[in-house]
Amino acid sequence: MAMLHLVNKSPYDASSLETASSIMKGDDAMLLIEDGVYAAVRNGKAAASLEGLKVSVLGPDLAARGIGEDKLIDGVTVVDYAGFVDMVEANDKVQSWL
Amino acid sequence: MSEIKKFMYVNRKAPYGTIYAWEALEVILIGAAFEQDVSLAFMDDGVYQLTKGQDTTGIGMKNFSPTYSALGDYEITKIYVDKESLEERGLSLDDLQHLVWEDEDEDWAEKDSIRLVSRTELADVLAEQDVLFNF
Amino acid sequence: MKLTIQVNEGPYQHQSADSAYFFTKAALEKGHKIYRVFFYHDGVNNGTRLTTPPQDDRNIVNRWSELAKEHDLDMVVCVAAAQRRGIVDDGEAQRNGKDATNIADGFRISGLGQLVEGAIQSDRLVVFGD
Repeated sequence: MAMLHLVNKSPYDASSLETASSIMKGDDAMLLIEDGVYAAVRNGKAAASLEGLKVSVLGPDLAARGIGEDKLIDGVTVVDYAGFVDMVEANDKVQSWL
Repeated sequence: MSEIKKFMYVNRKAPYGTIYAWEALEVILIGAAFEQDVSLAFMDDGVYQLTKGQDTTGIGMKNFSPTYSALGDYEITKIYVDKESLEERGLSLDDLQHLVWEDEDEDWAEKDSIRLVSRTELADVLAEQDVLFNF
Repeated sequence: MKLTIQVNEGPYQHQSADSAYFFTKAALEKGHKIYRVFFYHDGVNNGTRLTTPPQDDRNIVNRWSELAKEHDLDMVVCVAAAQRRGIVDDGEAQRNGKDATNIADGFRISGLGQLVEGAIQSDRLVVFGD
């Protein structure tokens, strides 16, 4: 019963990333969208919250914010909207940490 | 309707500052008519929704906190409150309304609706659900 | 897979209205079925045809209407949330004595039960909001 966790807020403004990571279980996946993508930047303070988790970021949201893929934490994968849909399908349910 | 699903309403917003908590409660009340297996979770600022003593006379808004005590009548009996969220806000169970339901199978014995759970226990409960409503 | 999409924020104010649109479009392109798109909270403002965005910006409302037409989408605006925020169709105008309507093509106003029923009937509920 894997869950997809959607985080759409900057970790520097909201607690949703921290809450999501505390709820995530072994098979769960996290997708960072909208302002949530800032969490995936290497050397950012929020990077620690993502350690050991399966994390992806939405490419269009990353590009819009001027973050190059070379700036991302190792192991974070970039997906497009089609990939977002695939992630929703691959997990049994979705939790949006609004 | 097909098979019964496990429905969880995840409430994470404080009341009054924004309308999300009130409009979430409206979904919960309407949803009760669909006879699914319903649970509620209150975590992060959502725990503020359940506090005692709310008085909105000075802000011109409807005080909807009494509605939570009616949830038992809608057969909503599983209300999970995240202990960590309460504690980090300086709150305890005593600061929340005492929510109860009456158990038809035990001669209408009054039972507590609120289940105080750790973050790990809450994660387990969320993992068991079929559908999560996010507010 | 069969999906219900919930949109909680108004157009232009929050990116979630755009994210929901692009997600819905991508799901349709991959051959998935959108059982319903449900507009709640300020999301009901996605359903007013009276918006006039600048020429060089996207037209979020028309974009939804076109997607609905192309794919025969069921786009439901929550009645309780719509009444609060002034989204009106013919039936609502009549019931509440309003002198105008503003619902856009492809949207219909209905109850919250449509969200719950959508969640029951669909394989996934995906919520976009603030």
